[in-house]
Amino acid sequence: MTVRNRPLSPHLQIYRWQLTSVMSILHRATGIALALGALLLVWWIAAAVRGPEAFAGVQGFIGSLLGRVLLFGWTWALFYHLLNGIRHLCWDAGWGFSLADTYRSGWLVATGSVVLTLVAWIVGYAVLGAW
Amino acid sequence: MSIRTPLGRVRGLGSAKEGVQHWWMQRLTALALVPLSLWFIFTMVAHAGYDHGQIVGWLGHPSNAVLLILLLAATFHHAQLGLQVVIEDYVHGEGAKLAGIIIVKFLAVLLATGAIVGILRLALGS
Repeated sequence: MTVRNRPLSPHLQIYRWQLTSVMSILHRATGIALALGALLLVWWIAAAVRGPEAFAGVQGFIGSLLGRVLLFGWTWALFYHLLNGIRHLCWDAGWGFSLADTYRSGWLVATGSVVLTLVAWIVGYAVLGAW
Repeated sequence: MSIRTPLGRVRGLGSAKEGVQHWWMQRLTALALVPLSLWFIFTMVAHAGYDHGQIVGWLGHPSNAVLLILLLAATFHHAQLGLQVVIEDYVHGEGAKLAGIIIVKFLAVLLATGAIVGILRLALGS
């Protein structure tokens, strides 16, 4: 068989990204990130079992700048994976398969995940009495 | 070596009857995680900054403990199914692939069990 030296697809430097494929990759990436985030939840529970001092240590880490940046990222990842997961479940049920619909639901998920993340953090800071 | 095509060799044997299990459990846990995740985010936001005593008091309500246990069980089940597919897609050596899947599945069960026992201890106050 003749081996032709065709370019492999997608050729990333000249590839024109589409919303649909980027969202598919992000769904997997946020899923991996959330699996790591679950470790924080287990650590948080383990610290609560060990006692007030250990728990204060974890709360201190979460309240630090690094902790807040990580938690903000995980908040968005959770909202994104949640909303896009619902989008996937709709597809599984056979809804929203047309090209126009996949773009419409895609933008809805992308925008919704950002808006919900901001709302959660604004309300969270309000609960803490920051404003 | 048989000259039959791979398709020809399996045609007519029927399915293994369990091919859909992974797909189905991923959807089932996803469906459970829709309300559980929303509850979790709402709870974490509403109780931001709680100290140890307040968290233990919060877990003392059975409904909170039950929902948190369900969230952890569904999360780790869903996570190990998803990570298994990621490993199957990107790890091409058979040995490394098998090792990775075993580690992910064992870790998921270990962490979920540990966290659930922890919640029960806090909820039941022992």
